[in-house]
Amino acid sequence: MADEKIKVAYWPGCVSRGFTPELHGSMAWVADAIGIELVELDRANCCGAGVIAEHNQELADTLNARTFALAQQTGLAMMNICSTCQGAQSECQQRLDADSSYRAHINEVLSGQGLAYEKGKDGFTNKNFLWLLVEDYGLDRLASLVQRPLSGLRVGPFYGCYIVRPKERLGYDEYPDRDVYLEKVIETLGGQVVEYDGARKCCGFPVITMNRETSLRQAGTHVGDAIDAGADCLVTPCPLCHLNLDMQQPEAAKVVNRDLGLAVLHLPQLVALALGAEPKELGMTKHIASTGWVEERLSVGAAV
Amino acid sequence: MADYTIKVRRFQPESGSGPYWEEFNVDLEPSLSVLDALLQAKDREDGSLAVRCSCRAAICGSCGMKINGQSGLGCKTQIGEAQEQANKMKAATGVTAAEASSPIGAQSPESQDAVRATGQEEAGPGPITATTETTAPIVIEPMGNMPVIKDLVTDMESTHWTKIRRVTPWLLPHGEAPEREYVVEPESMIDITQSMACIQCGACVSSCLSMEADPDFIGPAALAKAYRFVGDPRDAETVERLHDLAEDPHGIYDCTHCFSCIDACPKGVAPMDQIMRLRRKAGEEGIEDPNSGHAHEIAFVKIIEKKGTLDEAMLVQESYAPGIKGKLKPTKRGIVETIKSLPTIIRALRKRKVGPLKAIPGTHHKLPGDAMGEVKEIYTHAEEHREEFNLYIKGEEGDEEAAIEERLEPPRTHTPAGEEAQNG
Repeated sequence: MADEKIKVAYWPGCVSRGFTPELHGSMAWVADAIGIELVELDRANCCGAGVIAEHNQELADTLNARTFALAQQTGLAMMNICSTCQGAQSECQQRLDADSSYRAHINEVLSGQGLAYEKGKDGFTNKNFLWLLVEDYGLDRLASLVQRPLSGLRVGPFYGCYIVRPKERLGYDEYPDRDVYLEKVIETLGGQVVEYDGARKCCGFPVITMNRETSLRQAGTHVGDAIDAGADCLVTPCPLCHLNLDMQQPEAAKVVNRDLGLAVLHLPQLVALALGAEPKELGMTKHIASTGWVEERLSVGAAV
Repeated sequence: MADYTIKVRRFQPESGSGPYWEEFNVDLEPSLSVLDALLQAKDREDGSLAVRCSCRAAICGSCGMKINGQSGLGCKTQIGEAQEQANKMKAATGVTAAEASSPIGAQSPESQDAVRATGQEEAGPGPITATTETTAPIVIEPMGNMPVIKDLVTDMESTHWTKIRRVTPWLLPHGEAPEREYVVEPESMIDITQSMACIQCGACVSSCLSMEADPDFIGPAALAKAYRFVGDPRDAETVERLHDLAEDPHGIYDCTHCFSCIDACPKGVAPMDQIMRLRRKAGEEGIEDPNSGHAHEIAFVKIIEKKGTLDEAMLVQESYAPGIKGKLKPTKRGIVETIKSLPTIIRALRKRKVGPLKAIPGTHHKLPGDAMGEVKEIYTHAEEHREEFNLYIKGEEGDEEAAIEERLEPPRTHTPAGEEAQNG
């Protein structure tokens, strides 16, 4: 697929256009740099983040069927940039794909809008940017574009629950390595993988308004473990994890009663840095935990 | 036959020393189980190796353990698959599950760090394919979130059984008992078959990430058990049960929705899905809880109805001070929590992460008008239907065996979990 152009129906999610605007901008930068054409689904709706399904499963399934149908109208596969969108949408897709009469029932509602979700012969494809990067774009192709290898940068992966579990729903039968893709990307970009206990654990965000202490203890523990393992930063494909790990980090530090201060990068930011982008154009000044140390490490790496 | 190395986390309380790792070499078919490997090591090398087991067929639920960090049953995990998993993680991360897990490292941080540093140098930068030949030991640990009695034997009483008893795990029917048995429609029991499949192995408790941060959380096994009775048409205290589980600050709204229990469960109980069913039912009863869990759910649902996408500032405000349709009604907890979240908001504003406009509830971008109309239409329809599609019951299309029952013809307004399963 050497220089084959990739074009996707792009679902940016809500948080990338809300509290993590730097993610939306960074994704646009990366897409442009590596040649992925994004056809934004600007009429699509929130995935429900599991909360709408908790309230009414049929409502969540119909809302996401609408998004899938909008993507299908473009004739392209869909891409998202949020682990939570991936998980919540995959859950609804699994139910929709399991039974044609349920699909017909849901499509009845969409028909008035000129929309229909079809399972199709090969199934509907909706991939997080992380999956697309490894499975469709290719790491060799990515490696060939690296301008500033992240030499010496020690990066801890943080996946987000919704993109690693449940395995049976998230295509692990076909792609068993999806839970080590972040490590592969970090190495492709020339960085060093830091393994620590929290890489595939929960950031705590889903209960931040319900049980603040539990939530922040989770975030604080994982950030602390990564620091203890020698990480210079974390990287995540999930903006909701970013909210708890970065935006809430000073509060999490109070709960776990220790100093933290670890930069948390969005996946497109890490990729863009290796492709030569400047931290400022990636919105890194908007982060709560300073990214200064990462920038320093990179400039040292570049000088050597 | 193939050779495997298993690395077991051992602990003998009588020795007076802490836990330690010990490796055993075993020799068995890849299709045999991790439990078989442990029993071989016990038989040939060290008879004192403690592991609880009985049926060896994933029925008794005795051999819960962590294999390469993943909670499950020793007898249901093939040794060949465990080897592949161990190799994959080692190749990707440069460390084994034993080195990445915390308990022993916490007791000897120096050695832990040393291992990490070496591992990382080996991995280094460069293509990952160079290390795919790695053979890593299969790491076996006792279950998490419970005290260890000896080696792989954990104390199920102090966490698991205590929490199970917490949810009153027996039927509470009212009225006179029938002369013979209770008669129920088979369809009304279908929805609880999933939670009835539990074998009490504790794997979900071991994997629970909420319990890791909050040991008081009632937890996945007990809450799945609770749903087994809440969904039972013979039970007459469903509403009381829901109040109890929602009003406990460590109850249904303490689940962090991480899916760990779903992957850990060897019987497809999907405890987290049962917790979500409990939340739905508690919500339908309009039960207000001390965690603002129900308020959060309603706030989320209404914001999407109003705007199509999530307005985070509005979600925070609405969770604490519901008022989307009229005047704000802040709860006491809401005021306290809002004050607690102020430093975060101020920091975000100062960093220009969030513009002053976005920090104001209700100003987040909204879908275009006609798209909003479509979202509204979906809401109107779904609020009338509320169908639940339970894959455990229905199975995948074309998978006749898994489909216990043919799906009833639409239009169908309720699931088996709906009306029929209410108090009979």
